[in-house]
Amino acid sequence: MRVLAISGSLRRDSNNTALLRALREEAPSGVDVEIWDGLKQLPPYDGDDDLVPGPATVEAFRSLVREADAVFFATPEYNSSIPGALKNALDWASRPLATNAFRNKPVAVIGSSAGAFGGVWAAAELRKVLGAMGARVTEVEVAVGHAHEKLDDDGRLVDDDVRAALGESLETLLAEAAPALAA
Amino acid sequence: MSTTEQQTTGTFAADPVHSHVGFEVPYAVATFSGEVPDFTATLADGHLEGSARIESIQLKDETLQAHVLSPEFFDAERHPVLSFSGELSRDGDRATVEGEITMKGITQPATLEGTIVGPTVDHFGATRVGLKLEAVVDRTAFDMKWNMPLPSGEPALGNEVTLKADLTLVAQEA
Repeated sequence: MRVLAISGSLRRDSNNTALLRALREEAPSGVDVEIWDGLKQLPPYDGDDDLVPGPATVEAFRSLVREADAVFFATPEYNSSIPGALKNALDWASRPLATNAFRNKPVAVIGSSAGAFGGVWAAAELRKVLGAMGARVTEVEVAVGHAHEKLDDDGRLVDDDVRAALGESLETLLAEAAPALAA
Repeated sequence: MSTTEQQTTGTFAADPVHSHVGFEVPYAVATFSGEVPDFTATLADGHLEGSARIESIQLKDETLQAHVLSPEFFDAERHPVLSFSGELSRDGDRATVEGEITMKGITQPATLEGTIVGPTVDHFGATRVGLKLEAVVDRTAFDMKWNMPLPSGEPALGNEVTLKADLTLVAQEA
């Protein structure tokens, strides 16, 4: 089973990307968690460029989503919402809406932030956007507050509770994806 | 009038050209409606069975159609069929069907109410029964909870959905 993991942050030392690396370590055997690093390569969404086929980086992203059995997001919170680059990627992926790559795709969303609330508003916003795109949004809700305190100097997750929550989140997502595979 | 009068015995099946199945739901200031053209219905000795293929829902906008078929509403991928089963009782031209409706894999009791005409013989010699029924269901009981607040703070979409079936049922040869 393939899980595409998408961090909403472009920052090299991103806490969210670090959480996805920890998620990958928690994956059971037979589950491949691939962390996508193409977010910065997507052009800004422009309806004039929304042709068939679209820009190469966009088509590559859409293919990755289509081929994945599920998608796991970790997002920071910018101004009470999701980062523009992440929204841009989803706007590209959502076209055309009726047949978009995220349609019926099982997805999970977690958030993290340097502050106390762990990006809960961004995560809620991201779930709303994914739901509108027709994704199968799971009940996963993990908000990692003070995220930088839960990582060591090498960006490795050192908080057992968060690690356990990541493992449970992945389990929930995989369970949602399983009926689709059986069908 | 007695409820035993003019009972429909035998088996009748919906004539799809002269039958309609659809829904209405309050949306913002008006009513949003759609049709489900791909359906079957049979009435056999007072037992009404019906099913409709969710993917066939026709709305006037493909974006809305995609949303209605998505997991936020019907989840047509995993729950492709809406079904109903119930017992018809008749009082003159009033019809009531007490039964169960299944949508999105969830079964709830439902009462369809409306009118019944016939049995009567049509101009081609076939025996027909007309059934015009409605039921109001709470969509949230079927795990369809999407909403969006209006600027006033009120939800844009109502929870009470009117399901409508206007059926011409034709007697099947024994």
